[in-house]
Amino acid sequence: MNCTETQRLLHAYIDVELDMMDTLEVEQHLQKCPTCLAIYNNDQALRTAVKTGSLYFQAPEKLRKRIRSSIPKANKAALLAQAVSWRGLSVAAVLLFVMLFAAWGITRFWPAYIAGISLPQEVLAAHVRSLMASHLVDVPSSDQHTVKPWFDGKLDFSPSVVDLASQGFPLLGGRLDYLDNRPVAAVVYRHQKHIINLFIWPATQDEGSETNTTTLQGYHLIHWKESGMTYWAISDLNLNELQTFVQLVQSSSGGLPH
Amino acid sequence: MEKHDQRLRFEQLILPHLDAAYNLAYWLIHNDQDAQDMVQEAYLRAFRFFQGFRGGDGRVWLLTIVRNTCYTWLQQRRTDELTIPFEEELHDLECDALNPEVLHLHRIDQQRLKDALGALPVEFREVMILRELEELSYKEISAVAHVPLGTVMSRLARARKWLQRYLADEMNEEKKI
Repeated sequence: MNCTETQRLLHAYIDVELDMMDTLEVEQHLQKCPTCLAIYNNDQALRTAVKTGSLYFQAPEKLRKRIRSSIPKANKAALLAQAVSWRGLSVAAVLLFVMLFAAWGITRFWPAYIAGISLPQEVLAAHVRSLMASHLVDVPSSDQHTVKPWFDGKLDFSPSVVDLASQGFPLLGGRLDYLDNRPVAAVVYRHQKHIINLFIWPATQDEGSETNTTTLQGYHLIHWKESGMTYWAISDLNLNELQTFVQLVQSSSGGLPH
Repeated sequence: MEKHDQRLRFEQLILPHLDAAYNLAYWLIHNDQDAQDMVQEAYLRAFRFFQGFRGGDGRVWLLTIVRNTCYTWLQQRRTDELTIPFEEELHDLECDALNPEVLHLHRIDQQRLKDALGALPVEFREVMILRELEELSYKEISAVAHVPLGTVMSRLARARKWLQRYLADEMNEEKKI
């Protein structure tokens, strides 16, 4: 890769938006070219200054209150409109409705509530278990092409395994685990001295696809869904670094088209 | 009863991103009171159109609405903000290699950095805010700002170069005095 090409891709490299091949080529070029390295260092200095500066404007408390109070109002108005249209109904019908609603509420929210608290706990337990016993990995390897095929025949899906060693998250290996009543893939990475377990299994239809962050007993958990798979990343890393890791995993499966 | 469910979802998925909404509005509009009004309007719109929210990242969805609300406001009041001949200026800059040792992190004054970001044309300012302060991916920025991925990348590259030049010039001025 020459200087023109490197400088064209430099910002995508800084923002961790490049695929593996281009990332490696940019890195190789930076190692031998002081001019490009100086540009890279300037960009990084600027980024650090922007990120660490007090440039983020927090919403004033009174705006928070204003919005909180305007949202339920919109909703109360809607409920009131419904109530008015029910005026013609008999009391019995209303009672029946209330009972049906209660029954619906129980069936609708109860399982979600149970699943909502027990799955993160399950993930946490699996993570802690993997650290306590000497059973962190079933297949110890830093090579994605060794780890990924190892899962073949052991699971009914093929988890994505990416190589993030150059970004500071070397692959340690893979392991079978059991979560949410099914066998799942655990892909293990390391960052400095912290272990990250990335659990992967096929997603069910009714889950949302947003990225959720939870903290349990000092461990951070990030959960997201992508291409039909459910992902849980857990570690005792600080949240920022775990988020960086998650972004790397997400972007290395997507990559930047060019 | 869909309504109750929806309100709950709105509170969980959209309300928590108030700081992100305000920060973006403030950087686009540069004025606390107007930014607050924009955020409130955006929230009301978001609530009204929440049925159309098909999952995904609630923050990205909300920021798209905040951005659109602010742009409508800017178009009505400050048309000059949206028509700055920035392309030319940046083109010159690219031919002109930047002196590689100009930036020293400890010397970047916070107020100057704030001024520099504020002086960027709005299309460039918004990608910087979304990338550096909200840490959105290029894909997410492209959704919020309604521009292709390649444009996100080139705007970020140009904005960063321009900021470095701005800060470096300020430092050189200082030396002369």
